[in-house]
Amino acid sequence: MRYSLLLTNQEAQDAGVTEEDMAPFRAAFDAYAKSLEQAGVLISADILQPSAATTTITLRNGTLEVQDGPFADTKEKLAGAFVVDVPDLDAAIAWAEKCPGAQYGVIEIRPTALSFSDGQWHELG
Amino acid sequence: MIPPAPSTGPAASPTTGGPAAAKRDTTAATAHLNAPDASATTRRDAGDAAAVTAEQVARTAYGRLLALLAAPTRDIVAAEDALADAFERALRGWPESGVPDNPEGWLLTVARNRQRDELGSAAHRTSVPLDLLIESSGPTESTRDAGGGRAQHPTTVDDPFAVTLAHDHAPDLEAIPDKRLELLFVCAHPAIDPAVRTPLMLQTVLGFDAQQIATAFVVPAPAMAQRLVRAKRRIRSAGIPFTVPDRTAMPGRLAPVLEAVYGAYAIDWQRVSGETLRESLSAEALYLAETLADLLPTEPEAHGLAALLCLSIARTGARTTPEGDWIPLDAQDPTLWNHALIARGESHLRRAHALATREGTAEPIPFGRFQLEAAMQSVHCARASTGDTDWRTLRTLNEALVRVAPTLGAHVSLAATIAEVDGPEAGLAYLDHLATEAPDLARFQPAWATRAHLLARSDRPTEAHTAYTRALTLTTDPHLRTALHHHQSTLPH
Repeated sequence: MRYSLLLTNQEAQDAGVTEEDMAPFRAAFDAYAKSLEQAGVLISADILQPSAATTTITLRNGTLEVQDGPFADTKEKLAGAFVVDVPDLDAAIAWAEKCPGAQYGVIEIRPTALSFSDGQWHELG
Repeated sequence: MIPPAPSTGPAASPTTGGPAAAKRDTTAATAHLNAPDASATTRRDAGDAAAVTAEQVARTAYGRLLALLAAPTRDIVAAEDALADAFERALRGWPESGVPDNPEGWLLTVARNRQRDELGSAAHRTSVPLDLLIESSGPTESTRDAGGGRAQHPTTVDDPFAVTLAHDHAPDLEAIPDKRLELLFVCAHPAIDPAVRTPLMLQTVLGFDAQQIATAFVVPAPAMAQRLVRAKRRIRSAGIPFTVPDRTAMPGRLAPVLEAVYGAYAIDWQRVSGETLRESLSAEALYLAETLADLLPTEPEAHGLAALLCLSIARTGARTTPEGDWIPLDAQDPTLWNHALIARGESHLRRAHALATREGTAEPIPFGRFQLEAAMQSVHCARASTGDTDWRTLRTLNEALVRVAPTLGAHVSLAATIAEVDGPEAGLAYLDHLATEAPDLARFQPAWATRAHLLARSDRPTEAHTAYTRALTLTTDPHLRTALHHHQSTLPH
């Protein structure tokens, strides 16, 4: 099954994390991503820029509205996503538990419903 | 706010950053000395000597000094500030005045003068208990509790460079009660969040700074600093006493102290990069455990923990291949074990055993978790001399262990041990029985790895293959994965 491990945490700036503080985390995330890759379960890994860089758009009111900033303003923000392909939820939990982000934030484990590849949608649930 | 980190960390290894912090201060001290001066070189040497001494003192006495300073006021933050200030004055003053004969006593005197000044300026009433302790710690004092003593120390230090008086009158640290035990009980007090107990010990007793602790626990430094400060504030505001629990309270209170010390050894290193930090934290955990055993010489579990850490750390060098792949205990080369450390562990274990079985106690003390785990390690280590592993004894010990500490890990270990004594089918039967009682077993990686091994040994390769696959899906460690793949691929078809 394909799962997204969605990392949510306070952003570095809000948490008072300095560039120097980041070094051990880069190393930890590096080791984590390599473990995922070595295990052959990694589909993709993205760490997002701070939410201040977000642009939100909608046409639900008829015309294009472009908003500077995230749709939902929360204290903890979506920070990244690791998409993994593992047999079941237990395996997804085992990997989420090892994610460095779990030490200071929360990780949502969400199964993928549909995925598009080779020109068509595939049901993965 | 994070209090300024102690100017030097007493970490055992020069790679942990404790001494790196000292180096920063050395730089400051030498910069101060770099003014154009004919005797600049001499003074720089003096500065280096001062820095080296300060670093040594920090390494060996940081926790003792901090415990003494914090005990009377319960204000660890203020005590850390005062001690950091004293180290700073030492690095500035010692190059001029020379390193005192008794640097620990000098630092203690300067720090508590500073502490008293702070309290005085705040018109703080807690200066009374502070005085009580300070006056009690004269050179003749030898008991743990505060009591009468000599008052011969200066009350204020206006000019840090003029504290030569402390050279003559500084208290001898060896003669002062050791309050580290009280500090350890404060750090692991039931009112302190279990997650912060180990970090608190690393900082207050060993002098690690928040950054280093944060790295080990993979927590952002500001978050770790905040947790530590919150815990220290709680100690002061909740009035957690710096006392050693009495005999009736001891069993309940000692367990979390031992757990927290063990926590420094059992950090999940898969998440943390940096082999040097790992090695030094293992060494520090051992140092804490042995200190605890020294301070509580009649507690079997304190010796049990010291024994467990000695015997576990003794095998560090034999645990992995040069490529980093995991070698199971019974396949390790005993010549790679550290035999001096094993001997030390055995001595702690004998002491624990003697204490637990001594005559005259009202009722026999049940063997504790750490003592039993250490005894199991000891049986494995005996292979170095006997060439054989006594699985029956291991089974007896492991059965006792699951009674006092019924963790999944202990149960799975028992299944493996039963298999060695009674055959793989018996081990599998134990795992099956366990699965009906512990639903969590289904996602416990070691249970699947053990099941796979036992199935393979029972000539059930198809089921073994399935179990290996299951174990592999739960394995996040690359080296463990390699080993499991290897076992799976060598199954007969």
